[in-house]
Amino acid sequence: MTASPSTKYKAEPADQILVAPLDSLTLVYQRRSGITHIVAEPAPEILAIMGADALTVEEVAQRLAAQYDFDGTQAKDIITERLNELADLGLVERCHA
Amino acid sequence: MHEFRVQVGPAAFRIGSQWKRPLDQLAELYRDYPVPAIPDYSVRLESVSLLRRFVRPSVSINGDYMLPDAAPLPLAQGLLAAEMAMNLQMALGWRRHLLLHASAVEKDGRALIMTGQSGSGKSTLAAMLGHRGWRFMGDEFVLVDLDTGAAVPFPRLISLKNEAIGAMMATALDGRFGPMIQSTPKGDIRHLVPPADAIAAMSRPARPALLLFPSFGFDPAFREVGPSEVFMRLTQASTNYVTLGEKGFSALTRFVQTVPARAIDYRDGIEAEDLVNRLWAECT
Repeated sequence: MTASPSTKYKAEPADQILVAPLDSLTLVYQRRSGITHIVAEPAPEILAIMGADALTVEEVAQRLAAQYDFDGTQAKDIITERLNELADLGLVERCHA
Repeated sequence: MHEFRVQVGPAAFRIGSQWKRPLDQLAELYRDYPVPAIPDYSVRLESVSLLRRFVRPSVSINGDYMLPDAAPLPLAQGLLAAEMAMNLQMALGWRRHLLLHASAVEKDGRALIMTGQSGSGKSTLAAMLGHRGWRFMGDEFVLVDLDTGAAVPFPRLISLKNEAIGAMMATALDGRFGPMIQSTPKGDIRHLVPPADAIAAMSRPARPALLLFPSFGFDPAFREVGPSEVFMRLTQASTNYVTLGEKGFSALTRFVQTVPARAIDYRDGIEAEDLVNRLWAECT
């Protein structure tokens, strides 16, 4: 499924996942599916800052830039890729208007 | 049908057989183990067909949990068939603990756990250390308590293969060995009864303190293994991680976050023991 700039993303509710950061990777256990996902940064950071809100890529980038030291505008392509990967895993839902 | 019952750690087995001899061998080797009233698992050693009960007898394994395409073994390997069947019940059926395909020994209430592919030497190392000042906890499965994270012993008979047989006969001079079983799918196999202290303490768990990934046949060396790699290796070494769901996830993540891990290379038992003692002193 393709995503437009207006596409909003919603993360799996925080009470539905267990997150365990290890040395280089982070484990995300999804209660709904019983699947353990193994993800690398910035995927866990993206999940964490999304909270319970439905957000566009732009909004996710802004929230990340507020917490981490990077240029949110330049990182939008990377964030889009990560969000789509998380959506494919079922950890993020695409909400089309 | 002849019957034999045995308790190994937290698991109780009933083994039925159309032949008496494999059960007599089991009864002799497991004579110091408790006899359970109610088994968790039932295993049956049966002939492939009525005729094959008498002519070139061939043992097929049946039980609560079984692999449909497991090849039958000759009757001379009946003891091996029974041991394999007991392992199979654990691997496919056990749900009370997170099950790791690993060996373990204990000292001062702390467990040294070793895991690796077949041939890595984890079983022989545990057997050797179990005769040299450590308490043997198991050479096949380590059971991780889902609530406390403790390692629970499963000290079944030690299964020695090929070169390990001679090495352990030289180490365990007063050991009780089973019959030599030749030309099995894994080569020659001989069982060794765990030391008396291992059987006496088989209900006493230990806190996991060090995880080793041994590799036999290389110059002595060791390297630290990070939690991410440990997690991935241990999910492969666990037969029930997925089945246990969230409880398995919590138990395994706690394990990899709290237990230091090292990969060790060694060429013989003396080198391995030196490395183990050194790492044990550093990590515990």
